[in-house]
Amino acid sequence: MRVVLAEDLFLLRDGLVRMLEAYDFEIAAAVESGPELARALAELAPDVAVVDVRLPPSHTDEGLQCALQARRERPGLPVLVLSQHVEQLYARELLADGTGGVGYLLKDRVFDAEQFIDAVRRVAAGGTAMDPQVIQQLLARRSHTAQPLGRLTPRELEVLELMAQGRSNAAIAAQLVVTERAIAKHTSNIFTKLGLEVSDDDNRRVLAVLAYLDHGSH
Amino acid sequence: MEMWSGRGIRTRGPEVLVAGRRGLMLAVGGYTGAVVLLVLSVVSILLVPVGVGIVTTPWVLTGVRAFADRRRIVAAEWCGIRIPSTYRSLPTGTPPWTRCFRMLGDPATWRDLGWLVVDMTAGFVTALLPAALLFYPLEGFALAAGLWRVFTDGTHVGWWYGFVPVSGQGTALLAGALGAALLVASYALSPALLRVHFLLTRAVLAPGDGELAERVRVLTETRRTAVDTSAAELRRIERDLHDGAQARLVAMGMDLRTVDVLIEKDPAKARQLLAQARRSSAEALTELRDLVRGIHPPVLAERGLGDAVRALALRLPLVSEVDVDMDGRADAPVESAAYFAVSEVLTNAVKHSGAERLWVDLQHRDGTLRITVTDDGEGGARVGAGSGLTGVERRLGTFDGVLAVSSPAGGPTMVTMEIPCALS
Repeated sequence: MRVVLAEDLFLLRDGLVRMLEAYDFEIAAAVESGPELARALAELAPDVAVVDVRLPPSHTDEGLQCALQARRERPGLPVLVLSQHVEQLYARELLADGTGGVGYLLKDRVFDAEQFIDAVRRVAAGGTAMDPQVIQQLLARRSHTAQPLGRLTPRELEVLELMAQGRSNAAIAAQLVVTERAIAKHTSNIFTKLGLEVSDDDNRRVLAVLAYLDHGSH
Repeated sequence: MEMWSGRGIRTRGPEVLVAGRRGLMLAVGGYTGAVVLLVLSVVSILLVPVGVGIVTTPWVLTGVRAFADRRRIVAAEWCGIRIPSTYRSLPTGTPPWTRCFRMLGDPATWRDLGWLVVDMTAGFVTALLPAALLFYPLEGFALAAGLWRVFTDGTHVGWWYGFVPVSGQGTALLAGALGAALLVASYALSPALLRVHFLLTRAVLAPGDGELAERVRVLTETRRTAVDTSAAELRRIERDLHDGAQARLVAMGMDLRTVDVLIEKDPAKARQLLAQARRSSAEALTELRDLVRGIHPPVLAERGLGDAVRALALRLPLVSEVDVDMDGRADAPVESAAYFAVSEVLTNAVKHSGAERLWVDLQHRDGTLRITVTDDGEGGARVGAGSGLTGVERRLGTFDGVLAVSSPAGGPTMVTMEIPCALS
């Protein structure tokens, strides 16, 4: 699997390259600025891009803008955005086009190599990988105000949280140490309580969850 | 002076014409405006005790300010004369009676009214002269050229041109000569006369020394507050780094050193320590992240005030609506002050108001950033000892910003902040 990597700090870039290579990814390009990233994304057509939000020369959200722009030109281009901080605002922008294949993670998540690699693979496959911090903020806020979430059991909330991060039923089952069938039952309960159509498409159900969470906040 | 600089007639000629035209515009427009506004102001202020004036006075005085500000702009554009504007700022949303009395308590208001009187008399004359000197000679020339016949048959004085009694071709020629003399005078004096008008305007409108002293006092005070605040802030950051991230990194280094020793002797224990080191580093990162957010929030650095406030609102446990109407970004210190002010107000609202919804509105108009935060809570918020809003007020004071709170018992609460600033 070919990866384009954009990170301006040498130490981190180097570490990411080594980690990705250790998990048999092919590094198509490892760049350190916005313009280089834009060129690499346009020319190399990678299977997935791993991008730092803040990049030179502007040192603002150049990486994010590059990723969004590249996805406008090639809808569905898988992009995993890494950041020193996570903001719902940016998560929404990434999810807005509804085509999937996006991830938005705190840089710390690379500490857990396996989870991080899992996220890269999920994004490359067209799924999503949202940082638990973003999801927790969303849920905390919703459970205060939105009625339907109040009807979920604690276990169902837990499942919803993992679902919103982009995990498949199998992964959720593994994490919560229950059978996949139990999770399937929880998810269908959640969908019923939230009034959402059941869909077995991983990516669409995350978008549905986020769309629901988004509702009423504008 | 510039007018004597001996430039050629080709540049001087248009300049005189322009001065004449501008003088005429000033005289006519200024006179009408001043008379109307003065009458309205006097009537309105006299009606204050009856009650009607409380509503109309702020309205009329705002008109007077706009009129004076227009003149300030013209003075700067036409003659390069800068007249400082020192109105005390008034947040919108204050009830009419507060507005009325605060405007009446502003020395700048009374200077404005005095200026209206001066502008319709001396100001009118100084504005009209450049125009008169330019256009009056035309009449003299016309008389000399034969217009005199309309007024007299040559037997009596039928018309006065200036101090020349026109009674026939001879005196008409004299009028023409006077016209020529006036035209020469206008050539020499017109631009200077227009300047005199604006100098007069400045003499009446610009604040006196007493007010400047007051201004200096306020600035000194806000500067001291700003310095104190930033010193305290630095101490807090130093302490947080020292007790937090720094300590954790040291602990991590020690753990790793121990791992080094244990790795062969006791692999299980080594793995446990490695896990602990990783936890320490994750915690150090979280602490650093929080610290950075407290110094300069990342979204603010990346996107500016609008999106930073949007991101802030998204983290609140309330339903919120954020409207942003600003094109461009303010200076970093202003952005930062505004951001933390909004943050504090929002935190207050979440903690104390019992509100369910929040509205934040940011707009930049006429060189002022205006932020309003409204909630549907119980109200009763006020600026005063110990309240977080006092801190906000101080924070804004550094930038000449003001804060107004309208929060009747039972709600809703509306906090308005205004900071004069330019966008780039």
